[in-house]
Amino acid sequence: MSDSLINCCWNRRELLQLLTTGVVAFSTSQLSARAAEERGPQRSKSLITLWLAGGPSQLETWDPHPGTRIGGPTKAIDTSIQGTQICEWYPQTAEILNSFCVIRSVVSKEGDHERGTYVVRTGYRPEPTVVHPSLGSIVYHELPRGGLEIPGHVSLGDGQFATRGGYLGEESTAFRVFEPGRNLTNLEAPVDPERHQRRLETLGQLSEGFLNGRRYPIANSLHQKTIDSALKMMTSEQLKAFSISDEPAAVLAAYGDHPFGRGCLVARRLIEMGVRAVDVTLNGFDTHANNFGLSKGRAEILDPALSTLVTDLKSRDLWDSTVVLVCGEFGRTPQINPLDGRDHWPHGFSILLGGGGLASGRVIGATDPQGVKSPENPIEIPQIMASILQVLGIDFQKEIFTPIGRPIRLTSGQPLAALFKA
Amino acid sequence: MNTSTIGTSTKRAEPLPRIGALKLVLPLFLTTAGVISLFALLAQMGLEADGQMSAKLPPDLQSWKVSAAAVDQIWGTSKTLSQAERADDLTILRRLHLALVGTVPSLEEIRAFEAMESQDRIAQWTNHLLMDPRVGDYLAQRLSKVFVGIEDGQFIVFRRDRLNQWLANEILDDRPYDKIVQQMVSEKGLWTGRPAGNFITAAVTGEEVDENKLAGRSARAFLGQRMDCAQCHDHFFAQWKQHDFEGLAAFYAPVRISAVGLEDQKDFQYQVDDSKAEGGKRTVDLRVPFGEEWLPAQGTERQKLAYWITHEENRRFDRAIVNRMWGLMFGKPLVEPVDDLPDPPVERQSDPLDVLADEFRTHGRSLHWLIQVIVQTKAFQQESKHPSAENGEKFDVASENWAMYPLTRLRPEQIIGNMLQAWSLQTIDQNSHVFVRLFRLFRERDFLKEYGDTGEEELALFTGTIPQALLRMNGEFSRQLSEATPLSAAGRLASLSNDREELVTGVFLACLTRRPTAEELQLIEAMCQAHPVSNATLAEDLYWTLFNSPEFSWNH
Repeated sequence: MSDSLINCCWNRRELLQLLTTGVVAFSTSQLSARAAEERGPQRSKSLITLWLAGGPSQLETWDPHPGTRIGGPTKAIDTSIQGTQICEWYPQTAEILNSFCVIRSVVSKEGDHERGTYVVRTGYRPEPTVVHPSLGSIVYHELPRGGLEIPGHVSLGDGQFATRGGYLGEESTAFRVFEPGRNLTNLEAPVDPERHQRRLETLGQLSEGFLNGRRYPIANSLHQKTIDSALKMMTSEQLKAFSISDEPAAVLAAYGDHPFGRGCLVARRLIEMGVRAVDVTLNGFDTHANNFGLSKGRAEILDPALSTLVTDLKSRDLWDSTVVLVCGEFGRTPQINPLDGRDHWPHGFSILLGGGGLASGRVIGATDPQGVKSPENPIEIPQIMASILQVLGIDFQKEIFTPIGRPIRLTSGQPLAALFKA
Repeated sequence: MNTSTIGTSTKRAEPLPRIGALKLVLPLFLTTAGVISLFALLAQMGLEADGQMSAKLPPDLQSWKVSAAAVDQIWGTSKTLSQAERADDLTILRRLHLALVGTVPSLEEIRAFEAMESQDRIAQWTNHLLMDPRVGDYLAQRLSKVFVGIEDGQFIVFRRDRLNQWLANEILDDRPYDKIVQQMVSEKGLWTGRPAGNFITAAVTGEEVDENKLAGRSARAFLGQRMDCAQCHDHFFAQWKQHDFEGLAAFYAPVRISAVGLEDQKDFQYQVDDSKAEGGKRTVDLRVPFGEEWLPAQGTERQKLAYWITHEENRRFDRAIVNRMWGLMFGKPLVEPVDDLPDPPVERQSDPLDVLADEFRTHGRSLHWLIQVIVQTKAFQQESKHPSAENGEKFDVASENWAMYPLTRLRPEQIIGNMLQAWSLQTIDQNSHVFVRLFRLFRERDFLKEYGDTGEEELALFTGTIPQALLRMNGEFSRQLSEATPLSAAGRLASLSNDREELVTGVFLACLTRRPTAEELQLIEAMCQAHPVSNATLAEDLYWTLFNSPEFSWNH
């Protein structure tokens, strides 16, 4: 381990202390039901996806090739996985990298943002006749939700392509929070409570007339259940999981005072509350021009947020029950274009995957330093999805009948043995 | 200095007479403007001074009724299953507007409709609507999603706005549907000047036109057959094989984009990758999955395909659009999924789809004709209430036999469209003030972002989500659109109504296209007695309540 890493450890310890204090503050705020109090590997599992939208360059993140033609000016630093280097702009991530497996040979067939996002989100290529559910929607749909009064699948940040429930139904689609850490919109009645109550009573009475002669299809539509859930949510104590106002300033600063940093902090709070799937979006990785400047800017946001999230989850004993996936829709070309940018590249990109009881500290696959040959040990998205579902205790081979009766497997891949502890 | 003093004193003295003049002139101006708009409106709606619709009864009414009866008859008259009663005219008017305009009718339109005394005012009103540009615009939007999907396509080469505009005009002019499709499939030249060509350019990937995408879309949109799976493999259920799909794609393969727009390369040989073939490539000839004899000998590949798709004997073509239009009118197609139809029955006209499809063809493939006939069916005009829908017993049988009008949730754009229309007493259309049109445009866009657009899944069934319920209860849209202001319907109804009953009736008509029942009036009256509120507050509360009621967001 390098000197710089040892120096960083001191900071981390300090942070750890702070975060532990945070645990006490959090658990005494009576945010939750039992789910929030469970700890360790026995706790019901959840998934956090840090979605790097636009297609992050593998060469300027987890798979640098310094000193080669394709590597450009990017330098690399040592990490806590011995013999493995990542881009120099990620010093804090380098420190906690051994919490993850680094997969450097992910391949897909889609180089368009929307289609690429679809593949990485769902494990299937877009088809005109069916909408496949995103990984988060599957996790939400398949795992128990306990006494949760807030949505069990949440999407934080202003991502362009929503994570959809597809054939699992609209209720599995992520609840979207465009500005994480800010006040949630639409949760407060627009009038005073008394007037609101009167309105609701009138609504109930007036709806009755419409139900007559139509009770069966309306009951099947879950209309009332949805309204009831919405009303329950409006007054739920658990809503505090969306708020960060009671977090110490140092914690906020460690995550980063911007939408993504706040999103990662909210993600941790939601997971702690028992939410099953959360994704946090960081936009801006589409670096067709000025790849190096833009990638560095993204790293300044991602590096502290990601490493703080991991440290925070560990300090709260939530790491073993939380799978953390860090990915985007594809990578970027080994060739540097005349605008000093890199273009779309689905033929060998990198992701980080860890937590939830998965193996850690491993590096899977490798890309060609010349950028010509296909990557070693190519890994497809369905394999990653199957691995995540398996570790979350979901039968990845399960077939679900779509509304038109077509059976589709949750994912078409098989889990990767290398991602599991021996 | 003097001058300056005089000047100042003049400035001080003038405002008073000016205000006085304004007080006098403004109402005069507003009244004049109002009278002019009213006349313009009357002229536009074809109303005579006595409030009667000038248009005669549609001449084809009897023939529409005959065709509609033939469709209704096919379901038979099961003795054990009762048919729902006929719905009242206002309910049918609401359905009609939701299907053709995408919003509820305005209070202004309801009044004009009710002023018509003819027994066949539904047919008359449908006739009138089919001349309204709003109908062209709305149907074009819905159909273009079917034809080219919802993807943005490639910048520069794909112009959805031009395609929609062209389609809207074609629909409004009632151009035969086969001619519309032929033009989209075989169009040449620049997609800006010849907007039908955007059907092709929507499928551009990279620099190439994706012939596979076009083949899959053509089969789904125009023929109601899902052949997409055959692109990659043979399937033991499907009658289409991979070579059928490739053969179909071969018709689109010669098209390319050049400086002069879309053109077809001459003597083009279509080849696909095939690792088993010599040199890794295999030549594919033109091939259709059925009806080979309909292919003409002359023309470009795309012209041949266009002719084949729309051939008089290609019953799939008529069945596909009939099923699609039925779906748009009811929120539920005759056969589901809407784009995966069974083969046409060997015995002709043994299912409702075939009856209607045959009639559609013999009536010049007119979409206006098709809409008129669907409107004349009992199925369209009956109640959505039924004993089976109350207790669930035999509900499926009743639904399959169209024993009641199907209850379906509205699409997100219909919901915000309804809210916006209910906010205004006047009809919101191309004649509305630019402020109102912009207000509508932005509110619609923002709402869809939050509510979630259903996109291409035109006729999927939705259960609704918690965020949607929250948005409608607490969102800015509900608050703003139900607020009683001098401009809003809530505000105007609150200040213009003579009594509470008139106010409540106005709100119900604007939001739900019906009058309140006696029980509902009584209930609201009792509520006002217990908690006295101002007219404005009552109007706001009622607007909020009705916006959130299932009746508002369901087609029924």
